[in-house]
Amino acid sequence: MTTATASPNPSYSETIFASLFEVDEGKRIQTCLQCGTCSGVCPFGYLMAFPPHRMIAALRADMYEKIPASDSVWMCVSCYACTQVCPAKIPITQGLMTRTKEETLLAGNIPTELQSALENSQRYGNPLGESPRKRADWASGLEPQVTLMAKEKRPVDILWFVGDYPSYHPRVQIATRSLAKVLNALGVDFGILGPEENSDGDSQRLAGERGLFEMLAEKNGKVFRKYQFNEILTSDPHAYNAFKNEYPTLGISYPVHHYTQFLVERLDQLKPLLKQEVNVKATYHDPCYLGRANGIYDEPRALLEAIPGVELVEMSHNHSYSLCCGGGGGGMWLDGFQWEKSHVRLSEWRVREAVATGADTLVVACPYETPRFEDAAKMVQGAGQLHVKDIVELLADSLGD
Amino acid sequence: MNILVLIKLVPDLVEELTIDAGGTTLDMTWLRLIINELDDHAIEEAILLKERGEASVTIVAPDVEGVDDVLFTAAAKGADRLIKLTGNFTEQVNNHALARAFTSIIKDLNPDLVLTGVQAHDDLDGSVGPLVAGYMGMPYVGYVSRISLSSETATVHKEYPGGVIAVMEVKLPTVMGIQAAEQPPRYVAVSKVRQAMKTATIEERTVDELDLSGGVTVSRMFQPEISERATMIEGDEEQVSARLIEIFREAGVL
Repeated sequence: MTTATASPNPSYSETIFASLFEVDEGKRIQTCLQCGTCSGVCPFGYLMAFPPHRMIAALRADMYEKIPASDSVWMCVSCYACTQVCPAKIPITQGLMTRTKEETLLAGNIPTELQSALENSQRYGNPLGESPRKRADWASGLEPQVTLMAKEKRPVDILWFVGDYPSYHPRVQIATRSLAKVLNALGVDFGILGPEENSDGDSQRLAGERGLFEMLAEKNGKVFRKYQFNEILTSDPHAYNAFKNEYPTLGISYPVHHYTQFLVERLDQLKPLLKQEVNVKATYHDPCYLGRANGIYDEPRALLEAIPGVELVEMSHNHSYSLCCGGGGGGMWLDGFQWEKSHVRLSEWRVREAVATGADTLVVACPYETPRFEDAAKMVQGAGQLHVKDIVELLADSLGD
Repeated sequence: MNILVLIKLVPDLVEELTIDAGGTTLDMTWLRLIINELDDHAIEEAILLKERGEASVTIVAPDVEGVDDVLFTAAAKGADRLIKLTGNFTEQVNNHALARAFTSIIKDLNPDLVLTGVQAHDDLDGSVGPLVAGYMGMPYVGYVSRISLSSETATVHKEYPGGVIAVMEVKLPTVMGIQAAEQPPRYVAVSKVRQAMKTATIEERTVDELDLSGGVTVSRMFQPEISERATMIEGDEEQVSARLIEIFREAGVL
């Protein structure tokens, strides 16, 4: 059995096991009961050769080398479901799963589609492989003009870290422009980095590319230091997670808010502006990196309840039991691979739940989700009429013209 | 077995191409350079050959912006030796000049096998491989997608148009233009590239004069011009058909 005591020639399993202690609360892995709850709750655990509890068993049996040789871990969407239910409170997602992806990647066992997202992130600072120069193109033509930090060279109250998909994905850009509209309505003094902004890198980190994450974080940190602002605002829960929990360990520390938190803090000011009725029966999907990873459940719902006309119903899996859209931990770039292995899409499971509530609108708060759920809705029977909207799109609708 | 891989960097098409004010070349102000994709395949094939047997892999590249990163990435993949040709490579150098520059150092390196991408999207005056083979007096096989080596010969798969593949034997030393490596170029973790930056060294070889003769002279470079526009006819069925009849009458077909 692998123990924490350092042996003179530690085996591969021993080295990995010891490295897991470096994660916050990492030592808890020693207390694993092998109950298997993690593997049971894992959306893809049923088809992994090594679901989480078996990985821990393999570590203890000194057989870890079998794991990076299998492609099990590329089914992990880093959704925190395992971590959430673990009775021993082992940080499975942040520790074991992420570490195993790193090892699998270093062993050269990496699906091609993930490889290109990582290469794009390295070269262009975004996983989509878009030109860095076009990062602020979503804002062109907006009135009032969005402040570009490099251009206006003045301190701002809020640095809006826009993020990859909100900057480039045509569907997500609608939510991005909606957020600009809401911020302007509130008179928020904000600026964006545009071409100077790089991917936050969090999903790349959770896909096993720690070095790439550090490289991107260093670039962002350097740009943050160039400008004066009071806090960072983002619509991307993955960026939020990075800035709140990961960047500080690299010495890059700024107050950060997800837009749902930011707007709830200003709800008294916002509410009188929400004049238009938005008549939708909405069901809200808790994004993994707002909910389970960071405990933000109430703010998004408070915003929805503030919009006149919105009726909110819950899906059977809600709050900390929310189902993952499938986009986390590299899942965004593993659709083909995961489909080949599973012939299911996590986003379709979620859309089926949304349809079952009788809601006409599936509401989200993460840039991965609008395109994922809209695609899924095309595939799920009975979902033809289901709309997918970001909360901020509904807020913008309610502001009127 | 001494394998030499000749690579070059080309404009990265992620940025939109614009023509220089002079009208005969690309405006390089905003362009970033990236390794020619097929040269990346040539590196991959060389590394695969190394992993399969005894071979040392040397990468040679002209000194342009971004070349160090490309060379260190190759080292992280397993290349043994990195050589940068320094000289006036910042100007648009044609393939004749580049091939001569490569040739000037190949002789000293005494390779058994020289690999390069079979083509690049900025080739205006032929591809580098056959030119190097010509200057070196070596045989050349292009469109190669698989190589196996013995001590004096190489057996290669050469792709022909229409999906036909020929298997042929070539005497070493030889130059090959790689169409595709046997597997897609591998991913190297950023941490490994950073490691290579600390441990690997890039040797510099100066190329005093670039001989551009034999290349082509560009008289005009331009974006594809829109020749005709389609017209969308707006309105209901009646209006559209009335307008169509009008158009046919104007054209003299009715």
